[in-house]
Amino acid sequence: MSSSKRSANHMQRTVAQSTELLQELVAHLRQNRTQLREEWANRITEAQLLTAMTTEEIFTEATSVYDNYVETLATGTFEALQSYSRNLSERIIPRGVETHEVVGIVLLLRDVLARSLFAKYQGDFTMLNRILDAYEPAANRIANTVAVGFVQERERVIRQQQEAIRELSTPVLQVRERLLILPIIGVIDPQRARQLTEQLLRGIRTNRAKVVVIDITGVAAMDATVANHLVQTVEASRLLGATVIVTGLSPEIAQTIVTIGVDLGKMNTVGDLQGGIEQAERLLGYKVVPAADSAHS
Amino acid sequence: MEVPILKQGQFLIATIQAALSDADLLQLRRALIDKVIRFRSQGVIVDVTALDVMDSFATRTLRDITNMIRLRGADTVIVGIQPEVAFAMVQLGLTMEGVATALDLEEGLSHLQQRAARKT
Repeated sequence: MSSSKRSANHMQRTVAQSTELLQELVAHLRQNRTQLREEWANRITEAQLLTAMTTEEIFTEATSVYDNYVETLATGTFEALQSYSRNLSERIIPRGVETHEVVGIVLLLRDVLARSLFAKYQGDFTMLNRILDAYEPAANRIANTVAVGFVQERERVIRQQQEAIRELSTPVLQVRERLLILPIIGVIDPQRARQLTEQLLRGIRTNRAKVVVIDITGVAAMDATVANHLVQTVEASRLLGATVIVTGLSPEIAQTIVTIGVDLGKMNTVGDLQGGIEQAERLLGYKVVPAADSAHS
Repeated sequence: MEVPILKQGQFLIATIQAALSDADLLQLRRALIDKVIRFRSQGVIVDVTALDVMDSFATRTLRDITNMIRLRGADTVIVGIQPEVAFAMVQLGLTMEGVATALDLEEGLSHLQQRAARKT
């Protein structure tokens, strides 16, 4: 008899044994459901986890998590738990529950259950050992599944939000004949920068703009790549025959632009949007006068 | 392929119809200088709307043309650079400094007229 066959046999026996033990464990958990669940909920409150939820809500969630936990131990399949944890994450993420809280409560439950096992098998040390051998891998896997489910759901939400932000395209607005304004708000990543440039160049063509005011008051900081891209946009606009005025540079961005060594002669910058529009009007030959004055003259 | 050069009052208009070889570009340069001198033109418009690519030689030749014509006391405007072309040029570092640009022929003409009006 080959050793591999023997070890396979041994494996089978262990699996069968551990299933048996798990069933015993499940029976124990079902019996003490009320008490353990309550203890767990209390520990959660004590540890100040899930502070965004009320005590009743914590208790309700704890009950359903507990039942799912026991169910997973009983059946040994994780699909139901996966979809449950996704569902749970979907419900609690909008309420501001953090990753450490979710991991924390699952580990607490693991702890509560382990303690109850200690209490039950206190007298029989061998049995306790075997029960823990069966319990721990399953418990770890459950903790893992719930945590991963939560993080995946979070990532999905983040991706969705990123897409939503990207779709909020920056408008190219015409405020006067031949004068466009491009207000930029928020973070500019390289992809958004490229999109901005395309939109602006196309806007210059379709509106036959001569002057463009790019207002970046709403941009707190940008890295060297994006700053370079901005400068390139300014130059590309010039090739289309439009003058670009950049307004509202924050001190950080000003510093970035100086650090990357942009030739400031190429860039036309004005402190704020109002100043930018005034200069644009001068360039276009407009003169804004109060109605009363123009009536006199 | 030869680039037609039209005389429009005080100005000359050269419309590039298709991609040009280096030799064509040099020929355009010579023809433009000759005509500026012959017609005593005030300004030149080079229309590049049809070009979907501008390489470094084309860019340099256009800049040379501008500088040579400036020595004759006339202005040059490059018109009709496509948005994609403009951005590609900038990324290659071909920014055509010192060369006037305008959106299209109409813009170019009004730019030259303004310059001419300022001179008189």
